[in-house]
This record gives sequence, C-alpha cells and structure tokens, in this order.
Amino acid sequence: MTNPTPISLTVNGESVSAQVLPRLNLADFLREHLGLTGTHVGCEHGVCGACTVRVNGDIVRACLLLAVQAEDASVETIEGLSDSGEISDLQAAFQNRNALQCGYCTPGMLMAAQDILTHEPQADREQIREHLSGNYCRCTGYHAIVDAVEATARARSGQAR
Amino acid sequence: MNDSSEKQSGLSVLDRPNSYIGKTVPRPNLGRLMQGRGQYVSDMVLPRMAHVVFLRSPYAHARILKIDATEAKAMPGVIAVVTGAELAKVITPWVGVLSHLKGLKSAPQHAIATDRACWQGEAVAAIVATGRALAEDAAELVSVDYEELVPVTDMRTALDPETPVIHPELGDNLAFERNLDAGAVDQAFKDSDEVVEAKFVFGRHTGVTLEPRAVLADWNSGEERLTVYLGTQAPHMVQNIAAMHLGLDEAQVRVVCKDVGGSFGIKVHIYADEMATLALSKLLRRPVKFVADRVESFNTDIHARDHVCKARIGVSKNGTINAFEIDDVTGIGPYSMYPRTSAIEANQVINLVGGPYTTQNYRARTRVVFQNKNVTCQYRGVGHPIACSITEGLVDLAAQRIGMDPIEIRRRNLIRDDAYPCGSPSGLKFEALSHHASLDKLIAMMNYDALRAEQAELRKRGIYRGIGIASFIEVTNPSAAFYGVGGARISSQDGVAVRLDATGRVICQTSITEQGQGSESLTAQIVGSVLGVSMGRVRVILGDTDNTPYGGGTWASRGAGIGGEAALQAAKVLRKNILDVAAAILQAKPHDLDIIDNAVVDVQGGQQRIELHELARVVYFRPDTLPPGFQPELMATRHFVPREYPFAFTNGIQASWLEVDTQAGFIKLLKHWVVEDCGTIINPQLVDEQIRGGVVQGLGAALYEHCIYDERGQLTNANMADYLVPMSGEMPDIDVGHIVSPTLDGELGAKGAGEAGTAAAAAAVTNAVNDALSPFNVTVTEIPLTPRVILTALGRI
Repeated sequence: MTNPTPISLTVNGESVSAQVLPRLNLADFLREHLGLTGTHVGCEHGVCGACTVRVNGDIVRACLLLAVQAEDASVETIEGLSDSGEISDLQAAFQNRNALQCGYCTPGMLMAAQDILTHEPQADREQIREHLSGNYCRCTGYHAIVDAVEATARARSGQAR
Repeated sequence: MNDSSEKQSGLSVLDRPNSYIGKTVPRPNLGRLMQGRGQYVSDMVLPRMAHVVFLRSPYAHARILKIDATEAKAMPGVIAVVTGAELAKVITPWVGVLSHLKGLKSAPQHAIATDRACWQGEAVAAIVATGRALAEDAAELVSVDYEELVPVTDMRTALDPETPVIHPELGDNLAFERNLDAGAVDQAFKDSDEVVEAKFVFGRHTGVTLEPRAVLADWNSGEERLTVYLGTQAPHMVQNIAAMHLGLDEAQVRVVCKDVGGSFGIKVHIYADEMATLALSKLLRRPVKFVADRVESFNTDIHARDHVCKARIGVSKNGTINAFEIDDVTGIGPYSMYPRTSAIEANQVINLVGGPYTTQNYRARTRVVFQNKNVTCQYRGVGHPIACSITEGLVDLAAQRIGMDPIEIRRRNLIRDDAYPCGSPSGLKFEALSHHASLDKLIAMMNYDALRAEQAELRKRGIYRGIGIASFIEVTNPSAAFYGVGGARISSQDGVAVRLDATGRVICQTSITEQGQGSESLTAQIVGSVLGVSMGRVRVILGDTDNTPYGGGTWASRGAGIGGEAALQAAKVLRKNILDVAAAILQAKPHDLDIIDNAVVDVQGGQQRIELHELARVVYFRPDTLPPGFQPELMATRHFVPREYPFAFTNGIQASWLEVDTQAGFIKLLKHWVVEDCGTIINPQLVDEQIRGGVVQGLGAALYEHCIYDERGQLTNANMADYLVPMSGEMPDIDVGHIVSPTLDGELGAKGAGEAGTAAAAAAVTNAVNDALSPFNVTVTEIPLTPRVILTALGRI
C-alpha cells in the first residue's frame, strides 16, 4: 500500500488525474498537489473545520478523507465557490460585518455557512450557531459570523419571495 | 494641528470632511482571505525547499545518552539528521532575562536540546527531508537512549528543599520573586469590619491559533543573506535575535510576515524549533520549512496563566474597601521564554490587582518557579485575567459578606472619574479613566434591575441564574518601560512612511503588523483622512523588515495607539508637502489650499483646483515646469512613541448572565456585556470585534481550556478533541458599549483595545456562577469552571 495509486476526480469542475500515495489525505492533496491552498489545515483530525470542502455536494473534512477515496468524486473548494460567484453575497456579508479577522478559518466557515444557507434557508441564530459549531474560530467570538450568515439568509429569502 | 488651513476651517485633522475616523468601513484586505487567496507561511513553497520535522522528548525530564540516526540518514529523500550538539555549532543559546526584573534568572536554552530534555516536547533532533511525511517516517527510525530524570511538576512544591533543582547551576527553582508593600496594610486589615480570604486557581491554557506556528527560512549563500518567512507579530525583534544567535549582521537577515493565522501573543516569542529551522537553512544552504502539527502546538506553543493565588480583602460595613493582599505562585516551565521572559505575567498580576479601586493599601508577593512542563509566556491579556479575577472575586466576596449589592460596592470604591491623573499603590499612572461612566452605561445596557427581578423569579422555580460584574483596567500603548529598559532590543516606537505615487495614489509602509486586528485598515483610515484621499487609494505595506520603517510590531494593544499616531504624523507632513507643491503650481499660498476627495481645493469656497493625480504627474514627469529651486518631497516618514505615560491605561467593565445546571454542573452562557474605554475610536466595528473576540478567549479560559499535565509531566490532552475551545454553539451574543476618554499622549488619542475583552471575561463569569450558586452557600474560585469543579463545590461528587 505504499506505492502511488492513480486517481481521477473533478475539482472545481476541472478533471484531475494524479498519482498519489494511499496515505495522502484530501486536504494535503488539494494543497500540495493542486496548489489549492485555500483549504486550510488546523487540527488534522477532524475537529476544527478549517479544511471543510464539498464532496459530491456534502461538506466534509478534507483531513479525514483520503485522496484515493475521492476517486470519481466532484470536489469543490473555496477557490471554486469564489470563482463561480456562488457565495459572493455571503462573502460580501462577511466583509461588511467584519466576520473574519485572521481569515484562517474563513474558507471552512464559508463552506459550512453556505451549507446551512442551502439546506435550511430559514435558519435562526441558534440553528446557525449549532450548524457552525464544528468550525473553530479563535478571532471573532462568532457573533459577527452569525450576524453575517443570518443577514445572508434574510437577504436570500427576501429575493426568493 | 498647526496647519493654518485647519485653523481656518475650524476642523481638527481627525474630523475633516470625509474623515474615516470613527467610521465603520470594511477592512481592505478581506477579499483575498475570503477567497482562499491569502498567503500564510504554511502555504509557501520555494525552489529546493526542504521540510524539517523535530524528534521530541517523550519525557518531561531526561538525559540524552545517545542518538543513533544511521538508519534514518540512509532513507531516500532524507537530507540530514541534526542533533542539538551539531546545531550548536551554527547557533548560540540564549537566556531569557530582563535587567529591570531584578533577580530574574534562567538557564541557557539551545535551539535543540544538547544533553538534557527539560519538558515533554522539547526537540532533541531535527530530521530534514524532501517532504514532510518522509521526514516523519525517518524520525521514527531515529533511536534515542534516554535516562529519565525526576520531573518537577508541582509548582506548589517546586521550592521545597526535597524537590530536585532543574538547573543546579541556578541554585534553586525560583526564577523570580517580587514583593510589594504599599500604604498601611496591617492597620487597614485591623480597621476592617470584615476580612475575606480565598484561594484562586488558574489553570494553564494556551492560544490554539488555528494556523499552527510555521516558518520558512531561506539562507542564500550567494547573497550571504537569510530571508525568514514567519507568522510573527514583531518582525524587527526576530531580525535582531536571529542575527545575534546565528552570528550574522542584522542587515543579513530579512523577516517577512505575510498572512498570519491567528497570534494572540503566541507568535511574538522566539521559539527554539523556529530558531533551529533558521540554523538548519544556514547549515544546509537551502530553504527549510517547519510547520508545527497540532500536537506540537499544544506541547510547544507558549502556555499561559497557571497561577495559584491566596488573597484577602478588608472591608468596612459601609462598603469601603480598605486593603488588598495577595500571595501568588506560578510555574513557567524549565526556561524563562526568550526574549520577553516568563516573569512578565506574574509582574503584571502584582501591578494590576486592585487597580480600579481607590484603596492605597496593598501588599503582594509573587514567586515564579521552574518546572518540567512546557514554557509559559505572554498570551493575550498577560496577567490581566488573573489580576481581574482575584480583584473582582474578592470584591464580590466582600460585598456578599457585608450584604451589599455588587454594583453598590463598586460605586463606593471605584476611582472617581474626576480624580485623574492619579496613581495606584503598585506605581501605575492613570491619565484618564471612566470607571463610573462605564458602570452606569453597563447597568443601562443590561437592564440590571429587570435582570435581578427575573433571576429572583426563576430561582423560585429551581432555575439558578447568576449575574457577574467585573471592572478592569488594561495596559496599552507600552513605551520602552515594558522591555527596552530591561535591555531587550524590542522597539517600543513605530514608524510609518507615506508617499504619493505618480498616479495620485498613496503607498504607506508601517512597522506595525497585521494578524487580523485591522492594522491595514486603521492605517489607511488615518492616512486617507489626514490626506483627504479615498481609502481605496491608500495601499498599506507591512510585515517586511526590508520594506518598512523600524518598529515594534503589533502586541500589547499598541498598533492603533502607537502605529496609528505615527501614521497620523507622517500623513500630516505629506499633506503639507503636497500643499506646498500645489501652491507652487497654482501660484497660491499653501494655507489657502486644502485636500478633499483626492483633489486640492480652495479653503474658501471649496472649489477644486488640481487633482492629486495631475499634481503627481507634474512632480514626477514635468518637474521642469515647477519654480526654480523648488524640490517637491512627496514622501514623508514619522515615528512615534508615547513619552508622557509609560503605558496608556484603558478601563472597562463586563457583565455575564448565565445559568448553572446544579445537577449536571454545566454552565450555559446567556448573555455578555462589555463597556470599554479605549479613547479615540478609529473604526467602531473593528474595536467591537476585538472586544468580542477577546471576550470569547476569556470565556474559553473560564469554562473549558486547560492544559492537563499528569504527575510525570505528560500533557494528557494535547489535541483539539480533548482540549476544549469555545465553539459557536456555546457562545453567547455579546453587546459592546463605549466611553471615550482620549489619551493626550499623542494627537490621535487612541489607546489599545485588543486585550480588554480577555481581561475581565473569566472574572465576570466566575462572579456570575457564584451569584447563581449563592443559595447553596458555596464559592468557586477556580477556572476552568468545569462540571467537576461545580459539582465538587456543590458537594455532589
């Protein structure tokens, strides 16, 4: 199991083929093989949420998934969500509310926030806090992040009406 | 404010038209961070870059008998395995002492342990390879023979005669002791109606920056120059120290600080493994990168607090506080951290206890002892949470004893708002504080009486909620009194260079650094306001010793107050220079002109005369059209350090509203309020978010965070699953209010705000818990307030 293994997957809509060691996790694959350094590594054991990415539409911890497990999967990172404009309103809300300081948690936080905005668009503050409670932020104290996500939810539901 | 145009317009430099001062404007540097396009050291790659992994002692105290790296060195991809003794030929050891902390002693610390490991996690060898995983594989093949030594782990017995001395050459395990006796303490206690005593226990905790420490060192033997990419708060300090210990001239070292994934004081120190990485780059003549993993972070990022303090307060029945007395001990690990030392926190505790109150009777002792645990040093709040928890805990206990409301006892004892300037018994000088105005505002914000009524109502139904109040003072804008006077080459002044470029835009280089607080933003706000230039046209450069003025950086809540003032002064000079040019071009008088909205205008009437980009075009490309002998200077540099006061003290007050589950021992935070006074507010949103973030760091310490060592000196919870940090689900909303008492030590009037939140959060929570538990007649004075602590106090376990 120490020889490189071929994998093929889609990353931010682009087809990617690579030879990877079976032990390589998805976060390191994205960062070191593809240069997608927006996916951050914080705790390396699935607790801090900094490496949160989307795999086949679900948010996952890229440090808990091996790259070989992403075979044939569609992986989306913060770079993809930014370039497509999918979360531009959420990013604007984060900027207006200063919902980030050092920014290291932010890509993962935006991933988790977009997830609840997509699946529970009517979420209240408590539900937002609960949903984000797997993403550690040392800088903000969370209040501003919750405000930004809440504001985005209200704005989106207003547009939907 | 000597510009005649300002006099004519009646506006100060801070409230000119379109001023950004006091306005919430978005930070200019957030876009890249939100798009995953920031550049943290952990993201960086250089050609020929090697990775270093450190083999670390599994023992808290052990002699290194033999290191065999033969097998590891033979692994393909392994570049070198280097021991402490080998590295010591490239880098000299250091001793973390400051001369103004009289008697402070420590032992020489090497980049890698040479013959003895003194805490679990101290590096004993470096493995350098072409990849990090490969280096970790090779590390497993390095065999080390240790002779385990008796570890000193309990700070309470560290000074006992039967306890081994960690550094025999020092004579004992006492690193530092300070005693203070001010006023007439014995008489004050004798005159008190009540004397209340308590023992306060503060667990060890650490910063848990989300990006672990990371450094990339690039020794270019062709240039004879070392470039250090480091997430640091103090680039020039690192430059100086790296040069000193590597035998280089300072000019041979460049420190570059790009994006930093959290710092909070963790990243303002000189770490042995980072110094080792620098030395390895020089030794191996190629770039070497070190990124700590999370286990290493817990074992080697500085820890903080870890104090046990016996304390008492004397109070009269009328509520007058007559005296404070404390006897504090803290364990700092085996070495005093370099270069800021590990005695500062204890020293701050002595300085700050009783600080908000009028009594001049104060006796204090602190003893700082060595132990075989990770080193401790300055982390956000430095001493403040300890001093505040002791002081405010004692005040509440005294109030309870004499049957007085916690608000009332504070009203009767907080220093009056019209009493300034004045001093504290520990020698602090207060320029202008606002304890009473802050208290009044807090009571209004939290609707204190209604909350008390709600509490009483709920208590009848067996729901135990508590209100906790905590006043505090905060040390900000430190002058050379902090470190410089002790012989450390840590600059207390900062510099800013501002220039108008050829397109009329402004480039600003500052020596303060950015770790997310908003240094870039506040600099651009100040410069833009003074110059009359849109913020979007001001670009701020920081974090590069080759490309910024010399200065201290960002720590001890100094960025806005010191770096901001330097920016203000530099911009004023540039503004004058621009108006001189405009006057020459327009054949006008400088004092008849102003700059508003990126253009020079007439002071009278406001008519636009020349846009800045046109003025710059003339200066840079058609200087031949300017009057003979007139030389424009579209760049200005100014430096600043406070001179009137050694520190600009701020003050504030916090309140916590929470519920204690008396069956399970859990605490639910319901709401938190802060009123603080940081003087002039440059960006209200940024100040509020500094406060909120600081509060939550304090709440983590109050409820969850604890580095738990066993009796053998093993850190038992060195991961983020077992070391608990505050997450969004448990944290409350936090309301922030302000009182504004500007410092006159500078024109800007800004004081620091970075540590106010952390200073009093734990004190407010602990007081609220004791308030909630008052029907049970128990008092808790230990943090973190885990369910075990609560249930033990309640006698349930």
